[in-house]
Amino acid sequence: MNLEQLPLLQQLMIVLAAVALFTSFVLLEQARLVAAIHAFAWQGVLVAMVTAVVATSGGLEHLFFSAGLTLGLKAVLIPWMLHRLVRRLELDRHSEPLRRPVLVVMAAVALVIFSYWLVLPMVQEGLMFTRNIVAVSLAVVLIGLLMMAVRQQAVAQVLGFMSMENGLFLAAVSATGGMPLVVELGVAFDVLVAMVLFGVFFFQIRESIDSLDVDRMNRLSERGEDL
Amino acid sequence: MLAGVPRLNISGWLNVGISAVTFAASLALAWAVAGAGTVAGMSFRVDAFNVYLLALTAFVGMTTSIFSRPYMRHVRESGRTTDRGLRLYHAMFQLFIFTMLLALATDNLGVLWVAVEGATLATVLLVSLYRTPEAIEAAWKYFILCGVGIALALFGTVLLYFAAQQVVTDPAEGLTWSTLYGVSSQLPPSIMSLAFVFLLVGYGTKVGLVPMHQWLPDAHSEGPTPMSAVLSGLLLNVALYAVVRLKILVDGSLANADSPRLAGYLLMGFGLLSFLVAGLFLHRQRDIKRMFSYSSIEHMGLMTFAFGLGGPLATFGALLHMLVHSLTKSAIFVTVGHAAHIAGTQNIDHIRGLIRTQPAVGWGLLLGVVAIAGFPPFGVFTSEFLLLSATMQTQPWFAVVLLIGLAVAFAGLLRYLQPMVYGVAPEGQRPVSANMLPVMIHLGLVLWLGLAIPSFLAAWLDRATDLITGAHLL
Amino acid sequence: MDHGVSLSPWGLALLQALLYAVLAPLLAGWVRKIKAWLQNRRGASPLQPYRDLYKLFAKEARMAHTASLVFRAAPYIVFAATWMAVSAVPLIAIGLPTGAIADVIVVAGLLALARFFLALAGMDVGTAFGGMGASREMFVSALAEPAMLMAIFTLAMIAHSTNLSSVADYQLLNESGLRPSYMFALAGLVLVAIAETGRIPVDNPSTHLELTMIHEAMILEYSGRHLALMEWAAQLKLLLYGALLVNVFLPWGITRGTDMSDLWLGLAAVVIKLALLGAALALSETVLAKMRLFRVPAFLNLALLLALLGLLSHVILEVGA
Repeated sequence: MNLEQLPLLQQLMIVLAAVALFTSFVLLEQARLVAAIHAFAWQGVLVAMVTAVVATSGGLEHLFFSAGLTLGLKAVLIPWMLHRLVRRLELDRHSEPLRRPVLVVMAAVALVIFSYWLVLPMVQEGLMFTRNIVAVSLAVVLIGLLMMAVRQQAVAQVLGFMSMENGLFLAAVSATGGMPLVVELGVAFDVLVAMVLFGVFFFQIRESIDSLDVDRMNRLSERGEDL
Repeated sequence: MLAGVPRLNISGWLNVGISAVTFAASLALAWAVAGAGTVAGMSFRVDAFNVYLLALTAFVGMTTSIFSRPYMRHVRESGRTTDRGLRLYHAMFQLFIFTMLLALATDNLGVLWVAVEGATLATVLLVSLYRTPEAIEAAWKYFILCGVGIALALFGTVLLYFAAQQVVTDPAEGLTWSTLYGVSSQLPPSIMSLAFVFLLVGYGTKVGLVPMHQWLPDAHSEGPTPMSAVLSGLLLNVALYAVVRLKILVDGSLANADSPRLAGYLLMGFGLLSFLVAGLFLHRQRDIKRMFSYSSIEHMGLMTFAFGLGGPLATFGALLHMLVHSLTKSAIFVTVGHAAHIAGTQNIDHIRGLIRTQPAVGWGLLLGVVAIAGFPPFGVFTSEFLLLSATMQTQPWFAVVLLIGLAVAFAGLLRYLQPMVYGVAPEGQRPVSANMLPVMIHLGLVLWLGLAIPSFLAAWLDRATDLITGAHLL
Repeated sequence: MDHGVSLSPWGLALLQALLYAVLAPLLAGWVRKIKAWLQNRRGASPLQPYRDLYKLFAKEARMAHTASLVFRAAPYIVFAATWMAVSAVPLIAIGLPTGAIADVIVVAGLLALARFFLALAGMDVGTAFGGMGASREMFVSALAEPAMLMAIFTLAMIAHSTNLSSVADYQLLNESGLRPSYMFALAGLVLVAIAETGRIPVDNPSTHLELTMIHEAMILEYSGRHLALMEWAAQLKLLLYGALLVNVFLPWGITRGTDMSDLWLGLAAVVIKLALLGAALALSETVLAKMRLFRVPAFLNLALLLALLGLLSHVILEVGA
């Protein structure tokens, strides 16, 4: 089944998903926090657009609502909150380049291939394009995970976490046409609360170790502490 | 609501009051289920499996709140936290119990996810309540690791919904456990196995399975003691409950596939690994709460292994174990909290001679450790015995491994226990006002369950076993 | 329009090659004109490069004492290799006999040959700037080559052939609509083209500061007809990449036949497309600043990543297993 035979909307969906994958690479590589937040916002916009396209092509009205919710939450609210936090934490000009960029990007590409392989036996031929979008969304999730692992800045780790949520939402939307609304609302609410808590945490962390480099928080170990 | 109450004494009592009401309600529900078999409605579903967990959760919540009232007052007085911290504590405590109950009672797997995530979020701030660098680090690790785990579980849930959509036509029903249970044999096996892997890794992180357990010792040891008690005693159970619910579905789906026991094998593998690793790590601990957290990991591993083994005997044993472990572990943590207050530190090397300073605490600790290590006539012995018999029936070599692991853990616990309880008490150790009532109640229950399981409880567990494995034990 | 006159395929191929050689300076002049215009200057006329070449051909070619045969031969080799490479890229028509050798690998190989001799020439005289230019050029192309090949291979996988004519043909026939792999490959190739042709932000073609030169440094020692050939070869390379980008990715207007009217249409189409591309290039050169040399690897890594994503998108998203 070739690309040309798919209707236009589905082609558009594929393009948007591919660009979303690209933004997760960009997010991974960004040294400057503010630029990373913007990349994350764009990723949110793309995911919302995919949702809207799925909604149009499937005629599922509740998905429009989900698209709007994602747009509002992931593309506007959360980046705005992060931006505000970054300013209060005085990290505007902070720049933290990746330690081994080549290795990290290669790992990310390997994750893309791995997620494709993982999803490969999953769906029969007839649902091809769905499977491929699921592969892309799993790749976004895994790259978010990679970002959390390689970055030491707390805010960057939170961005990785949020990017994972983006990937999950993309998977839900593209593979299943959206989860039941109650679940979506719950998930969105959880993400929002998590974001608020992260914000509180940043200040706590900074108070205690005077920096947001989480690698410096390593006093707890198997030896235990002399309390 | 509790956050708004400024007078701390009152909030403490309110906490207790609300927990008691919750417990009463759960008992009423249990009565209804005992009568009708399954109570369902409005996407809630209470059947034999989760009703006893509901009652357990409410019960332990109540006793812990009884304990926490004077304890937190003491904490406030000793300056480890502030008024606002205390208000937060009470509010989050109730919220936490609520989310756990929601997770247990719901029929919708998506709501289950939301509730488990909600439980995590409610407790994150509480782990860092004391604001020490270690506490903040522990809370951050907890947040991040559990967050990642939960995200993977969400992916598994999405895949599950995807699989369900192939079979169930009504989109709103796609995540309802009852519906899925009915059609589980039609769910496509390849998707289900992939979904289960994600779900196991995700929810398994919250259960504390190795290698996703890194957050557990830190989080359980750095938070205030009542928090450790409920985290260890209850949240782990809820996560394991989620895993088992999903396993039921996966088993139905894989029954006709190439590897029908895949879910079981995965559970056994993770469970065994957790059990052994935790038992070994137990020996290296210097902090008393961390030591008992590893004991929690070990027991959860044992339960996971048992659920993976399948079959009515092992499942019955595992269900019983969930019950008694919860009671015993929370009792232990309460006692440990008192012990730490007496000694002024959580470091094992510095806690000595408890039985001389305050016999109640000393005896409590002694009995608690004896119970958790699996001595008869405590309940833990019964469940472990059932488990071992089941293992010997089906996979005899594993029984040997289990015995070795149990012995290792046993040695570790007792090795540290002995000097703590019987050693020479250092100068200046004074007794504190300790409310040992909850501990005594819990341990008493465990003892009772060890001696003679009351028939209604046995019937309960039996019905749950039937639900999980499709076969009765009794 | 009379359809009577039509050329033989070989004649058409020759015509195309000649057109390339003739149009190359025009493109360079056009880009320069637009840049001047954007900078609020009037700028030289787009035909100025022709006058420059004419002037250079008339002048005497001076060489250093230390120059060897390589130095003397290099301009001819570079020009010949580049001209051969460029005549393989479809300009106004596809399906020509030169199309048979228009394998992407051949084109890349010829360009590599040209670059090799250019670098040798730079080092030949023994000046510091020549050596520096040669090493930088090799550095940039070593990074750009994988990206270019990856992008080209993505195209080849889609069209099931490495022949440029076939690729353009496939695009033409299939109305493929939106394809993420094409988009990514296009983006990657644009970045590579900028690096290979020595435009801002990789290299400034009109710089007079020797320390910032790459391409200019290598031809610093040349004069007279040698310099003319080198400049012309650089302009041909720009036209090559331009034609590659517009005719392979956006091949509308290209003809398959040899009818005169179709050929005029093809010529008009490609001229318009190249004019637009040239304007876009001028715009980007005005807006962007030249990067410092140590940032070039990041730039080319981005190109490689884009090309790689194109390939992955093709395999993952567009092809049923």
